Amino acid sequence: MNALYILWLRQVKRHARSRARMIGALGQPLPFLFAMGFGFGPIFQKARGTSYLQFLSPGIVAMPILFTAVFSGIELVWDKQFGFLKETLVAPVPRLQIVLGRILGGATVAVVQGFIMLAVCVAVGFRPVLGAAFAGAVLIMFLIALFFAGVGTAIASIVDDMQGFPLIMNFLVVPMFFFSNALFPMQSAPGPLQALARLNPVTYGVDGLREAFGGPFHFGLGTDAAVLGALVACVIALASRLFSKIQI
Amino acid sequence: MIQKKYNGGMIEVRDLVKDYGGFRAVDHISFSVAPGKIFGLLGPNGAGKTTTIKMLTTALEPSSGSISVAGHDPRREPDQVRRAFGIVFQDPSLDEDLTAAENMEFHGVLYGVSQPARRERIEGLLRFVGLWERRDAFVKQYSGGMKRRLEIARALLHSPKILFLDEPTLGLDPQTRNHIWGYVRDQSRVNGMTVLFTTHYMDEADKIADELAVIDQGKLIAQGTPASLKERSMKASLEEAFIAMTGHSIRDEEGTSVDQIRLTRRLWRR
Repeated sequence: MNALYILWLRQVKRHARSRARMIGALGQPLPFLFAMGFGFGPIFQKARGTSYLQFLSPGIVAMPILFTAVFSGIELVWDKQFGFLKETLVAPVPRLQIVLGRILGGATVAVVQGFIMLAVCVAVGFRPVLGAAFAGAVLIMFLIALFFAGVGTAIASIVDDMQGFPLIMNFLVVPMFFFSNALFPMQSAPGPLQALARLNPVTYGVDGLREAFGGPFHFGLGTDAAVLGALVACVIALASRLFSKIQI
Repeated sequence: MIQKKYNGGMIEVRDLVKDYGGFRAVDHISFSVAPGKIFGLLGPNGAGKTTTIKMLTTALEPSSGSISVAGHDPRREPDQVRRAFGIVFQDPSLDEDLTAAENMEFHGVLYGVSQPARRERIEGLLRFVGLWERRDAFVKQYSGGMKRRLEIARALLHSPKILFLDEPTLGLDPQTRNHIWGYVRDQSRVNGMTVLFTTHYMDEADKIADELAVIDQGKLIAQGTPASLKERSMKASLEEAFIAMTGHSIRDEEGTSVDQIRLTRRLWRR
């Protein structure tokens, strides 16, 4: 339990001290928010009679969570390279606890980034309904963060250097964001795109956030949380399995 | 039957082998270290010293052979083994984005050292290595020698029964080297701590070790007290004896991509 806490604390401290990372995580969603949110706003308004910013913002909140979480998982590669991983690997702590501590820490900082992004969205005009469902939003944010921190950790367990990092970001994480319901309504998308979105974990996260913030949703918060919860369990099991095979 | 072979050694190694693909890094090594003894593992670069230490410390699976560390097999009871030893790795192993005190605290919590004991030991050890005043500085601001001293303090934090030191004094000035070896010897004499170390400084090995083993190309080629090794090769100094045993050629060490990055990083730091 203590080991879990100290591993969590390390992740949080490292992130909190790196202002560049905290600001950097916001840099990516901002152009989307401004260019698309305002650029497509009038068209969306004409077509559906609702505000695009209201529709888009949950996706924009999910974006830094996604990226920060994956990155925090991948950070394991730095620990491998710069040697700190050895310190945890020879410690008398079950591997599952080490993985869980790291993933929880990474997820925590990712959720913080999500909240900062939410504040930015609100500042430019997003109006979420702040009711009881807000607890649902926090839950969904955590589930997205846990899932992607797990994905990052699993990948980092089997690669030895950061050279594959752009590959993972550009061919896995970025497409997952684009081929979800974050930017467009799933129902009106063409069949293949709709099918792809349905298979995408990000879709369930964004859908859950939309409902929690009082927007239009597709699956419902319960389904979203259940799907994400199951995925989180699978990915943590996979990550701790791969992690326990690391040799130095 | 195999258990029988463990006749009281704190570290027992029998027929240990490690293969990497077609390359045999460690080739049927056997040795035993009695409790409270200081044991030195010598050998040219790439001889298999670090690989052996990795297998003893649960970081690497052996290809074959048997190991007992503090009475436990690293493969079957890794956590019992892990609780028993402290280690100073050859490469850096600190979190540079944390302070020295935080690195110590992290270690203490991971090893289940209770809070009062942790506070006392962290202060004592940081004072001993002369870093107490700088405890709240980030490790990235430390010099190479300071980092090394911190790693040594950290390895001793949970009062291990066995201490592994893989070239611990590399890059340290003679004062610090003496200071640290003096402490290690005290711990060994007073608390019965068993020590297994590697070094390229032969004078150190000569002074500190109760027993030495020389490995070359994965094979153990000589073993005995420093005096007996000198006597056997009829040389006045351990360095001459070492060169007589292992030859004059300079060894290549296979570098992995990780080694490359570490090397580049080290060069950048300068």
